[in-house]
Amino acid sequence: MRRSLLFIPGNNPGMLVSADIHGADAVIFDLEDAVAPNEKDAARLLVRNALRAMRDLRVEVVVRVNPLATDDFRQDIAAIVPLQPSLIMPTKVADADEVAVISRTVADAERVEGVPAGAIGLLPLLETALGIENAFSIAGCDPRVKGILLGAEDLSSDLQAVRSKQGQEILYARGRVVMAARAAGIEVYDTPFTDVDDMEGVSADAKLARALGFSGKAVISPRHVAAVNAAFTPTEDEIVYAREVLLAIREAERQGKGAVSLRGKMVDKPIVDRARRLLDGARSLGLEGTEP
Amino acid sequence: MNKLTSNLADAIRASGLQSGMTISFHHHLRNGDGVLNLVLAEAARQGIRDLTLQASSLFDVHLPLLDHIKSGVVTGIETNYMSAGIGRAISEGVLEKPVIFRSHGGRPAAIASGRVVIDVAFIAAPAADSMGNANGVSGPAACGSLGYAMPDARYAKRVVVITDHVMPYPLSPCPIEETDVDIVVQVPSIGDPKGIVSGTTRITRDPVGLSIARLAAQVIEHSGLMKDGFSFQTGAGGASLAVTEYLKPILRAKGIQGSFGLGGITGYLVDMLKEGYFAQLLDVQCFDLTAVESIRDNPQHQEISAERYASPNARSCAVKSLDAVVLGATEIDLDFNVNVHTDSNGYIMGGSGGHSDTAEGARLSLIVAPLFRARLPIIMDKVTTVTTRGSAVDVLVTQRGVAVNPRRPELKAGLAAAGLPVLDIRELQSLAHQFTGVPRAVKPQGRVVAKVEYPLGGIVDEIRSVIS
Repeated sequence: MRRSLLFIPGNNPGMLVSADIHGADAVIFDLEDAVAPNEKDAARLLVRNALRAMRDLRVEVVVRVNPLATDDFRQDIAAIVPLQPSLIMPTKVADADEVAVISRTVADAERVEGVPAGAIGLLPLLETALGIENAFSIAGCDPRVKGILLGAEDLSSDLQAVRSKQGQEILYARGRVVMAARAAGIEVYDTPFTDVDDMEGVSADAKLARALGFSGKAVISPRHVAAVNAAFTPTEDEIVYAREVLLAIREAERQGKGAVSLRGKMVDKPIVDRARRLLDGARSLGLEGTEP
Repeated sequence: MNKLTSNLADAIRASGLQSGMTISFHHHLRNGDGVLNLVLAEAARQGIRDLTLQASSLFDVHLPLLDHIKSGVVTGIETNYMSAGIGRAISEGVLEKPVIFRSHGGRPAAIASGRVVIDVAFIAAPAADSMGNANGVSGPAACGSLGYAMPDARYAKRVVVITDHVMPYPLSPCPIEETDVDIVVQVPSIGDPKGIVSGTTRITRDPVGLSIARLAAQVIEHSGLMKDGFSFQTGAGGASLAVTEYLKPILRAKGIQGSFGLGGITGYLVDMLKEGYFAQLLDVQCFDLTAVESIRDNPQHQEISAERYASPNARSCAVKSLDAVVLGATEIDLDFNVNVHTDSNGYIMGGSGGHSDTAEGARLSLIVAPLFRARLPIIMDKVTTVTTRGSAVDVLVTQRGVAVNPRRPELKAGLAAAGLPVLDIRELQSLAHQFTGVPRAVKPQGRVVAKVEYPLGGIVDEIRSVIS
């Protein structure tokens, strides 16, 4: 489960070496926008060293690379693939053709470096109007694509929309990427909340994202990790209810019924599926007592 | 008898100041101090030259000093700390005679022993009466404690109190007493309150700093020192201050009544006093307005002199009764020597202050520092400048674990048994090098521009000019 994915600037060794201490489920070592053009070389070196030094750590590592259209892209891939991060995050992805080129580039690098074929997944960042419109074809075009991430800052600029904390301007995009990812059977992650000091704001924004169907949320400040993790962690009430659902449906099956009433509401397959997913998630987070 | 004048020029003449003498200043007005510049400007006007400046610290507000060096008015500097602007000029060789760096305890020890003779002490006083009784708790430039000025008042041959706030005789409290004071000068302003104390000192919000602070508090918890009577000092910067916040719940959970908080005092230690974690605060210097108000209003918040704080020559001093001190480092090396004098290019940008005093005195000396500053690993093979000897340092706390000085095997065993991440300092260094590679050592090779004197005397290191 990736409730939180924390961005770490690739040119900052102090933050790289501390990447796993903030409690994020995944960290994103950033070679793209957090790094000034004249620092790209240094960042590649540092991120490569960090991946090597941090192999044994429990936190999952994603590397955000520069867009396909830039010279940096191929250098990023060549530097990163030998260290086999869990996921590579291509940026400003516009369509499935682009994903195909990226996937081939990664596959070539895997072969050259002796990395098992297909070991490295892709987590495309959709942050343009075209990318959002092509979300489903991007999500479903390649088995390497394990999830997609919505990038609202670039997107709202592309849309010529006014970015707000409430996020009405990205509501369609949020719905669109969730729909596309779920239709393709992959994970989907929400855009970061950018006001570092607004702890209530990040909590509300993360709860909204979970309610909309996102699997987790990217985070730009370590201080946001706890709030985002909390929003995406099943609550005790949810766990209790899910267990009741499974017990009730088991009882119903014993009686040869497909549906049953629980707490005055009908429980049938979609609710049972949801309960199973919630308990799976809770179990993967090590929350105890999730077996009904 | 009238000691009071409003004419600084007359006062300087009356003090008997002559070329070649040593004059002293305290640094309680920090980067808001107006007095050092006023006095040097007037001395220059009177044609006085070849002065040795005996200042407890120098800040960048004192940059006009550089002109007085170039013109020969000031030819010697002895101090405990120097901020980066002045430090840079010294490192580039502006002053011919090497600066003598001492510590906050070493300075009063040198003065009391007569090794350093102050001809005229100029004491900036936020409040004073016409006979020279003075304190730091009233007036527009209130700075709280006058601890660093007390030895100067006590031992200097002549003492001039300079104030912008004359109050009726007899002033109380009076850490500076009329018995020591020759002349009182009233000037329009002794300094800019904005630069004297910050309105509030804030705990770092940097999550890495907080994780280091949390780990440091756990080290103290499992050091064996956590019992009734516990005493504590921390610096006012970065992660150091945050340690207080993590100590509170530990003290509370164990039901421990601390004896005293020491040092430069901040609002966080004041809160701990108010909340009953400590019975007393011993305050040589206030860092924020909360501390200034507290030292004025709370009898449990005591003003102490630099001698009582840390003088190794005194019959006893507070740092020798101190359990734990949390300190910072610009660099630390494999022998646990710490540098807070120079940056990684060798430029002077600080000084011991109370670093070596407290590290030598306290039962447990913790250095808190991130593994990197910008791109530079802080653990070096050898520090650029030795401020505090490794033999006085017990533990280095970083975000990736703690390293215990091999001189303290029982401490190492205790921390490991408590489940803390204890590593060899070489392992922490090697982890840092895995990220950045091994940095090329930079050690300036020019002439000696400063000498670092250890609290008990004796030169522990020399600082060379960056551009020779």
